[in-house]
Amino acid sequence: MREVAVLGVGQTRFGELWDRSFREIGIEAGLQALVDAKLSSTDLGGLFLGNMASGALIDQEHIAPLILDATGLGHRHLPAVRVEGGGASGALALHQGYLAVASGLYDYVVVGGAEKLTDVPDETAARITSSAADQEWEVVFGATLPALWALVARRHMYDFGTTREQLAKVAVHSHEMGSKNPNAHFRNKLTVQQVMDAGPVAEPLGMLDCAPLSDGAAAVVLGPMESARKHTDTPIRIAASQVACDTMALHQRREITRLDSTVVAARRAYDQARRTAQDVQVAEIHDAYTISALVSLEDLGFVEKGRSGPEFASGRFGPGGRTVVNTSGGLKAQGRPFGAVGVAQVVEIVRQLRGEAKERQVSGARLGLAQDVGGTGATTVVHLLEREN
Amino acid sequence: MSIARFWRETPRRYNLGGSKCTVCGTVYFPPRAVCPECTSHRQSIERMVPFQLSGEGEVISYTVVHDAAEGFDMQVPYALGLVRTPEGPVLTGQIVDIEPGEVRIGLKVRATFRKLREEGASGVIHYGYKFTPLDDSGVLPPARGPVGPVPGKDAPRAERSPA
Repeated sequence: MREVAVLGVGQTRFGELWDRSFREIGIEAGLQALVDAKLSSTDLGGLFLGNMASGALIDQEHIAPLILDATGLGHRHLPAVRVEGGGASGALALHQGYLAVASGLYDYVVVGGAEKLTDVPDETAARITSSAADQEWEVVFGATLPALWALVARRHMYDFGTTREQLAKVAVHSHEMGSKNPNAHFRNKLTVQQVMDAGPVAEPLGMLDCAPLSDGAAAVVLGPMESARKHTDTPIRIAASQVACDTMALHQRREITRLDSTVVAARRAYDQARRTAQDVQVAEIHDAYTISALVSLEDLGFVEKGRSGPEFASGRFGPGGRTVVNTSGGLKAQGRPFGAVGVAQVVEIVRQLRGEAKERQVSGARLGLAQDVGGTGATTVVHLLEREN
Repeated sequence: MSIARFWRETPRRYNLGGSKCTVCGTVYFPPRAVCPECTSHRQSIERMVPFQLSGEGEVISYTVVHDAAEGFDMQVPYALGLVRTPEGPVLTGQIVDIEPGEVRIGLKVRATFRKLREEGASGVIHYGYKFTPLDDSGVLPPARGPVGPVPGKDAPRAERSPA
């Protein structure tokens, strides 16, 4: 297996992009990444595209060749593969791209993630969001994805004394960070009171505990580490790329308040990189719901089980902390175009490690983590990225 | 959900028909073809037998849903819970015949056969289980600490003959 580096990154603005098509956002992110990597498209070996629900959202399947073609590479007959893993589709595509380069079969690949959520009414998008849960044994009985996460939240509050205010702090933090990110869907700041006063979605979660429905695309160019210096002065090595799955339904898990897929994917990633959670300076974690961020902090090993609420509220994961989370604004503020999320997380980590994150920069960051979760945790993908010089 | 897709699962949804591994005794709902708990997963193949749940259980978490799942709009706000059965499996279902705000962790409930949702004005009607409180005295004092037995090796297994 070869070492793999991220050579270029690209990302569109996330948000309600009414005036832009799926093709357009795919082209923008992909071309940005190619230019950033100083890579000629003749060197390209293939495309991996993360996307969760293009069929349901824009009535278009077969989208990997569609994006390849739109980018002007249709006549080169490159392989283009769509990868789907619910909300974790983007990071899962990155895992496939990583394997492709690590194996030696491909030298350079583009990994993209794209989703267009606002071409359908909100109710339709919400229904599709819940299709990442088990339709036959959860959704049919009245569950939605936020309702399932609310069940996690209620039990976390009961077992560990986590409070409503502590949950709200997660959203406040994400918006604080998002306010510094020009690509973020939301750049407004929030107060704890605003989060707590927002209309209920599934108690104890309200509207502002939940990430928005966004459009957006992101892309990275991967290549072998050994030739990375031809393309960039700051190659970022993929120190680990790991996937773990779990039961589809929340009710089949061993513990409701623990994401075993995250626990296992993180353990495998730390083992692969020979590092621990304590070595990570920047992390993009799954804050699709405020509670999902808290349990993720525990299951990634950043904080003891049950202690995430008070520890997060103390500011430990904010600027100046040992590990700063979701400097992009996370899913909550940067936005949640499903398939693009996992790739955009890695774009943010790469910017941090290169020292290009401007106002959001965590000084001296050398090791970063990205965690992408599908549904209520049936899939987790964890990447560790490291600056090489 | 298509008519056939819903109809296929009606025996399970109407009668709480699960399965039991005759190798290790673990009970599953919905039924599984292979037992995930058996150390050699393969040994359970073709050794899973039908097993019907009693329908009793205890709420281990709950939420009050305001932003409804498709087809549940007319029911908001409604309580949705995770119910652990004495046989082991946990089920997701609505908690009804109680004010949603009064549902608590530890509430003892029993499955009941109800209408779940209609697929539009002229579509099929989906039926299945919801949960109702056993009675007022069924409310247990809240027990803090880990969630009860999981369907694993160390879980106590209520022996019930298939009904």
